[in-house]
Amino acid sequence: MSETRVPGETDAPHDDAQSGGDDAEFSLAQSNALIPLLVISAVTVLAIVLVIVRAKPVVPHEGAVANKAFGPADFPELFAQQEALLGAAGPSTGSSALVFPVPAPPFSEGIFPCTSCHEGIPPNPERRPLEGMHSDIVLHHDEEHRWCLDCHDTNNRDQLHLASGAPVPFTESYRLCGQCHGTQYRDWRSGIHGKRTGYWNASKRYFLCVHCHNPHNPRFAALQPLPPPIRPQYLRSEDVAVAPSGEAGPAATGKEGGDGAHAR
Amino acid sequence: MARTPADDCGGSTADAGVSRRDFLTAVGVAAAGFLAGCSPDVREAFFQKHFLELSPQEVDRRIARLRADYKQRFGQDVSISAEPAVPGVVFGYALDLSRCIGCRRCVYACVKENNQSRDPQIQWIRVLEMEKDKGIDFEEANPYYDPERVPDPDHFYVPVACQQCRTPQCTRVCPVGATWQEPDGIVVIDYDWCIGCRYCMAACPYGARHFNWGEPQLPAAELNPNMHVLGNRPRPRGVVEKCTFCIQRTRVGRYPACVEICPVGARKFGNLLDPESEISRILREKRVFVLKAELKTEPKFYYFYGV
Repeated sequence: MSETRVPGETDAPHDDAQSGGDDAEFSLAQSNALIPLLVISAVTVLAIVLVIVRAKPVVPHEGAVANKAFGPADFPELFAQQEALLGAAGPSTGSSALVFPVPAPPFSEGIFPCTSCHEGIPPNPERRPLEGMHSDIVLHHDEEHRWCLDCHDTNNRDQLHLASGAPVPFTESYRLCGQCHGTQYRDWRSGIHGKRTGYWNASKRYFLCVHCHNPHNPRFAALQPLPPPIRPQYLRSEDVAVAPSGEAGPAATGKEGGDGAHAR
Repeated sequence: MARTPADDCGGSTADAGVSRRDFLTAVGVAAAGFLAGCSPDVREAFFQKHFLELSPQEVDRRIARLRADYKQRFGQDVSISAEPAVPGVVFGYALDLSRCIGCRRCVYACVKENNQSRDPQIQWIRVLEMEKDKGIDFEEANPYYDPERVPDPDHFYVPVACQQCRTPQCTRVCPVGATWQEPDGIVVIDYDWCIGCRYCMAACPYGARHFNWGEPQLPAAELNPNMHVLGNRPRPRGVVEKCTFCIQRTRVGRYPACVEICPVGARKFGNLLDPESEISRILREKRVFVLKAELKTEPKFYYFYGV
């Protein structure tokens, strides 16, 4: 037992840096290495703290993508019509009803009634490209197989006709569209296809197919998207820009500055 | 230092110090005096209760206080409703991904309707652009797309707002019960009770909750005066907010603002309990899915392909 204790006692100073004075270079080196390590870590921490404290908010350059907080006021034309649609009238309908209350068809200015021009013109049922009048209409709707008088009635220009020849007023043009687009017609009747406004539990405003789709070119035209949201790294700069006008003042800005960038 | 009778009546209080009893009494009297002297509105705000514990009269008082506050801040009269849930109604929402073109009209209609802060910007709807090649992949989704024209032929668009979960995790983690699910399924927040800890934001898997980091900036001219106390009334700084299915509109039968603005009719809304409603028909006739179904949040916001 005593033999094993002796090396144990001689080992102990090696581990303990305090008593390294007269014993060995090993423990001296250990205590020397500790001081530079402490200094380095302290300097690093100080540097990090300084960087955090003194950091300037990222101010995006002029015209940077998505650094402006756009609001609805920037696009008044888009939201002006919203209120006008609220006076929607009309009963909530069962799916089997064939007549739906819809707003008037979106005719071009002064084009209806068609008979005001066509009254005296003898109908020409021959398929041909139109010259003169209506040349602005470019048919892009199964144009290989169809032309004007497949939908517009030959003898009464103020209405349309089905494939059977039965006349359809412009206000019920969904019946005409539904001949080919049966699934869309069924979905539209039950409210799955197309837009509804008004009341979810009462009167809803239905829209004709032609309110959204140009009947001569029914595919939706591409739209310009509204601006994207502000990227999180620019949110903070927006706070700073707001502070002088707001009553929150610089104190609030400083408080938000720290983690405002992680807002979203 | 022994106390002498002379000390007690001789006014040498600096020497003896104020006794603890005197100090506490003075503080108590001062606090009581302050609360008694201040206006009833301040008193009400100080002793306010949780919204669900308010009596109808207390709800009216709170609304009156809020109206006076907004009148002062925005210079106009507003109407604040506390319309309760309609019995027999659970709201559901469906969005036709085959129609959505990613135009972001809904985002800004929502901001306008719900009085979100313009600056710092808060938007409740986030439209994610995803690649058709990859399908629904949140890692690759891009909310900052900004091309000249949408839709881009190689991409599709997934607008994401609050999914109004049937088992919402956000309400479970709230330490003060400031957010809860109403009987009609709308998850709402009591802005007066929220302490701004943002646990709910961490719990929400859809990023649907937003925090008012700064004092919300809302121009008086753009204020929507038609408000609900749990919905679109202007929020203070330091609280969380989220989509409420336009509670101020839908509780009185109207469609949400995003439904009415959508130029392609991709957004559908209705009563899940009514078998004839649009939303019920969609659930019956279309194949619908929900986002992150594996999390068992059971959203009432469905996505489908209408064609």
